[in-house]
Amino acid sequence: MNGFTRGASAIVAATTHGLGEAPGFSAMDLAAAASVKALAAIDLKPRDVDAIFVALPDDPLSGLGLAEYLGARPKLTDNNRTGGSSFLAHVIHAALALEARECDVALIAYGSNQRSAAGKLITSLRPNPYEARYRLPRPVGSYALAAARYMHCYGVTRDALAEVAIAARRWAQLNPDAFMRDELTREGYFKARMVTDPLSVRDCCLVTDGAAAIVMTRADRSGDLASHPVYLLGGGTATEHRDIAQMPDLTVTAAVHSGARAFAQAGVRPADIDVAELYDAFTINTLLFLEDLGFCKKGEAADFVAQGRIAPGGALPVNTNGGGLSCTHPGMYGLFTIVEAVEQLTGRAGARQVAGARLALAHGNGGELSSQATLVLGTAATL
Amino acid sequence: MDSMHPEQEYFAHLAAGRFMLQRSVSTGGYVFYPRVAEPGTGATDLEWVEASGRGVVYAATTVRQRPPTADYGVALIELDEGPRLISRVDGLPPADVEIGMRVRARIVHESEGPLLVFVPVEP
Repeated sequence: MNGFTRGASAIVAATTHGLGEAPGFSAMDLAAAASVKALAAIDLKPRDVDAIFVALPDDPLSGLGLAEYLGARPKLTDNNRTGGSSFLAHVIHAALALEARECDVALIAYGSNQRSAAGKLITSLRPNPYEARYRLPRPVGSYALAAARYMHCYGVTRDALAEVAIAARRWAQLNPDAFMRDELTREGYFKARMVTDPLSVRDCCLVTDGAAAIVMTRADRSGDLASHPVYLLGGGTATEHRDIAQMPDLTVTAAVHSGARAFAQAGVRPADIDVAELYDAFTINTLLFLEDLGFCKKGEAADFVAQGRIAPGGALPVNTNGGGLSCTHPGMYGLFTIVEAVEQLTGRAGARQVAGARLALAHGNGGELSSQATLVLGTAATL
Repeated sequence: MDSMHPEQEYFAHLAAGRFMLQRSVSTGGYVFYPRVAEPGTGATDLEWVEASGRGVVYAATTVRQRPPTADYGVALIELDEGPRLISRVDGLPPADVEIGMRVRARIVHESEGPLLVFVPVEP
């Protein structure tokens, strides 16, 4: 069994900041703004934080930078950087540290100004000497290769990708903070400009600014800070490659492993999950993760998502904020899957609230389907 | 083999017209991209061997460009020796490159230097 005890730690605050466009702010400004907002919600100050977990788009020393900026003096900083899955891994590491009493108040933060500053993904990746000259656009081209392989192997058409994009948009229409809220029809999906086959612009995540922060404590303290703590029931991470050429099977992600460990630790099954927040950098991700996390069998995701089954009113609510496709995608989206899970489990999700949500799954992806991290979160009723 | 410089030697072979892979003497496993040790086993007894050059298209995509710039293709090739690599398939339009298509390697010379590409194997 994994190292932390089921339900021993909890998320006591979760917030977003500056979603969409936040011109004139640095990534660090935005991460810090989200951090103080999350701390203020539970009457804590930056100086109360003794563990900082952070990854910023442009700053490999962001753990030190955020501590300095906030005036915190953490015992522990963690810059573990696995792309968009980083923050779900941070939650697991924070839970371990909290339970071991290496820290008492853990802050996990992210911010990016990529839309205002660059208009595209800000990356610190080096060019690959064996691949750069073939000009595969990254990361989108890598996901296109996975999508092409998946569609070939399982006889899936772009109709399944369309279902994912349209479901995300319908959720976004219920979320006032979402970036794209105009109606997306099937016709509109199929008319969208192709980027790298079989993916069009409507298969790709947004390029936005935005920040998020969460605060974690041990469960025994969480009730004093928050009226509705969200408990960490299970978690798992798995890494298997970096670049798409080295992925063992382009139709199966390491979410098979991260998900199985998270479910085993939580003692629940996919069928028990009330709401799933899956990192949808591209429409193919949602299909792969539904299968690899066990919501359906390999090759069956097209049927699973058909006819609005992951859209509002469907059998399994997926990406209820609108996801990276329609809500926000500042570059590394993982923390937003957690914030939305917390919104749903604390009953604060407004028009998009899933009635009676008690168990949520948050899943993060990093790199080119390279790094996978899964969390199972629950309300007090699930302890 | 303690003096093998993976990247330098690979491209030196390519410049001399040879597409080479690494192979572990002890495990027989083929390695691409070139490294100082075989992934998984950590075997450092790697030697250069000439690749068969034969493979199959594992996945392919057409990268769309704004007209009048022409679209271009990128493919993930699975070599008969096992490893996969990013390359492109020349000799037919990118949209006609199909998964499962048999291909063979060719070294072409471009302004940036020699480049490994693949062409379809006539059925």
